Amino acid sequence: MTGFDFSVIPNAVPFLLQGLGLSLGLTAVAMAGGMALGLIIAIARLSRFRYLAMAAALYVNGFRAVPLILVIFWFYFLVPLLLGRPVGALYSVLIAFVMFEGAYYSEIIRAGLKSVRPGQWQAAKASGMTYLQTIRLVVLPQALRKMAPLMVTQGVVLFQDTSLVYVVSLHDFMTSASIVANTQNRIVELYVFAALVYFALCTAGGALAQRLNRDRHHAH
Amino acid sequence: MVAMIRIEGLSKSYGEVAVLRNCSLEVARGEVVVICGPSGSGKSTFVKCINGIEPIQAGRVVIDGDDLPSKPAAAARIRSRVGMVFQHFELYPHLTVMENVCLAQIHVLKRSRAEAEDKARSLLERVGLVDKEAAYPGQLSGGQQQRIAIVRALAMDPLAMLFDEPTSALDPEMIGEVLAVMLELAREGMTMVVVTHEMGFAKAAADRVVFMDRGEIVEVAETRRFFAEPSSERARLFLSRILAH
Ligand SMILES: Nc1ncnc2c1ncn2[C@@H]1O[C@H](COP(=O)(O)OP(=O)(O)OP(=O)(O)O)[C@@H](O)[C@H]1O
Ligand SMILES: [Mg+2]
Repeated sequence: MTGFDFSVIPNAVPFLLQGLGLSLGLTAVAMAGGMALGLIIAIARLSRFRYLAMAAALYVNGFRAVPLILVIFWFYFLVPLLLGRPVGALYSVLIAFVMFEGAYYSEIIRAGLKSVRPGQWQAAKASGMTYLQTIRLVVLPQALRKMAPLMVTQGVVLFQDTSLVYVVSLHDFMTSASIVANTQNRIVELYVFAALVYFALCTAGGALAQRLNRDRHHAH
Repeated sequence: MVAMIRIEGLSKSYGEVAVLRNCSLEVARGEVVVICGPSGSGKSTFVKCINGIEPIQAGRVVIDGDDLPSKPAAAARIRSRVGMVFQHFELYPHLTVMENVCLAQIHVLKRSRAEAEDKARSLLERVGLVDKEAAYPGQLSGGQQQRIAIVRALAMDPLAMLFDEPTSALDPEMIGEVLAVMLELAREGMTMVVVTHEMGFAKAAADRVVFMDRGEIVEVAETRRFFAEPSSERARLFLSRILAH
C-alpha cells in the first residue's frame, strides 16, 4: 500500500450514513427512554416505602456493576425468551440501552432532586400539593437546570457506547467504518475519518453541556 | 366554642432525640398566638407539626374540628387550608410572582386560571405589589418576597396562618413592611400562630404568648401578663436576655 487515498470515503458515504443514523437514533431513543425510566427509578428510590426504595437501589447498583456489552448480550438472548418470540437484534438492543441508561440517568436525576433545598419541598407540601405534584411542579423544574449539563455529557458517553452493538451484528457508525476499511483495504483512511466524526460530534456535545452549565450559573 | 387549632399531647423525635415533649395548645378562632423561646427549643418543629409537614410520633392535631389524618391525601386537603410562611420565603424561583401565587390554587383547589389570577391580583394589590406580578422572586427584595409568600398562602383562603420567623432573614429596614402586613391580618381576625423574636409585634398583635424551651411548652400566658410578670424562671431569663438587645 503506497500513500493514502481518501477518495474511498465519498464513495462509502451512503453506507456510513446508515451506520451513523443507527448510532444517533439509538442514542436518542436511549436518552429519552433512559430519562423517563430514570425519573421513575429516582422517585422510587427517594420514596418513603422502604421496599420500593430498596428495589430501585438494587436495580441501579445491579446495572452499574456490569459492563454494557454484557447487558446487550443478555437482552439479545433474554428478551426473545421472555416474550416467547424473536424480536430482532435492533429491538433487543434498544431495550438493553434504555434499561442500562435508566440506571445512570436515575442517579443524575436523584442527585438533582436532592439538590433542591428542603424548604421548597416543605412549601409545596404545606400548600396541599401531593408528593408527585411537588416533584412535577416545584422540584423537577428546578432540578432540570442543574441536571441538563450532566444529561448531555451522559448522552455523549452513550453515543460512543453505541459502537458496542457490533456484538449482535448491528451496523452502527463505527462498525460500518471498519467494514469499509476492511473490504476496501483502506484501514488508516477510514479510522482517521471515523475519529474525526466522533471528535466533531462529541466536541459539539461537550460544548452544549458547557453552555448549559454557564446558563445555569447565570440563572441564579 | 370549637378551637381553630387544638394540639393534644404532641411528641416528636428525630431518631433518638426527643424534640417535642407532650405539647398541648389550643388556639381560638381569630386568636393570634406568638411562640418564642431559645434557639433549638423546637419552635419550628412545633409549627411544622401543626400542618403535618413533619410527622408526629404521639398526640393529636385537630384543625377546625378535623383530626389531621395520617393518610397523605386526606392530610393534604386539610393542610391546604392552613397557610404557612417560612423564614427564607421559599417562593418558587423558576416561576413568576403570579405563577407562584396561582400554582396551588390551580393544582390543589382546582380553580380556573382566571379565577386564580383575579384572586392573586386583589391580594397583591393589598400588599402593594401588584406591579410585580411578572417578576421572578430573584429580582425582588427580601421584604417583597416575604410579602408575596404571605399572599401565596392567603390565596388559598386559609382557616389559619402559621409563620416561622418571617422576619429574621430580612435586612432591618424591611422588617417593618412585613410586620405591617401581618398586623393588618391580625386586625382582620385571621387565626395566627407566629414564631418570632419581634417582641414589638407580640405586644401589638398577640393575644397570648407561648414560651418554649427544650421541646416543652413551659408557659402560655396572656400577652400583657407575659411581659409584665412571666411565671416561669426560664421565661424571665429569656425575656431579660432578649429585651436587653
Ligand atoms: N431534620 C432534623 N433532624 C434531626 N434533628 C433536627 C431536625 N430538625 C431539627 N432538629 C433538632 O430539633 C431541635 C429543635 O429544632 P427546631 O428547629 O424546631 O428549633 P427552633 O426552636 O426552631 O430553633 P431556632 O430558633 O434556631 O430556629 C434542635 O435541637 C434541632 O437540632
Ligand atoms: Mg426555627
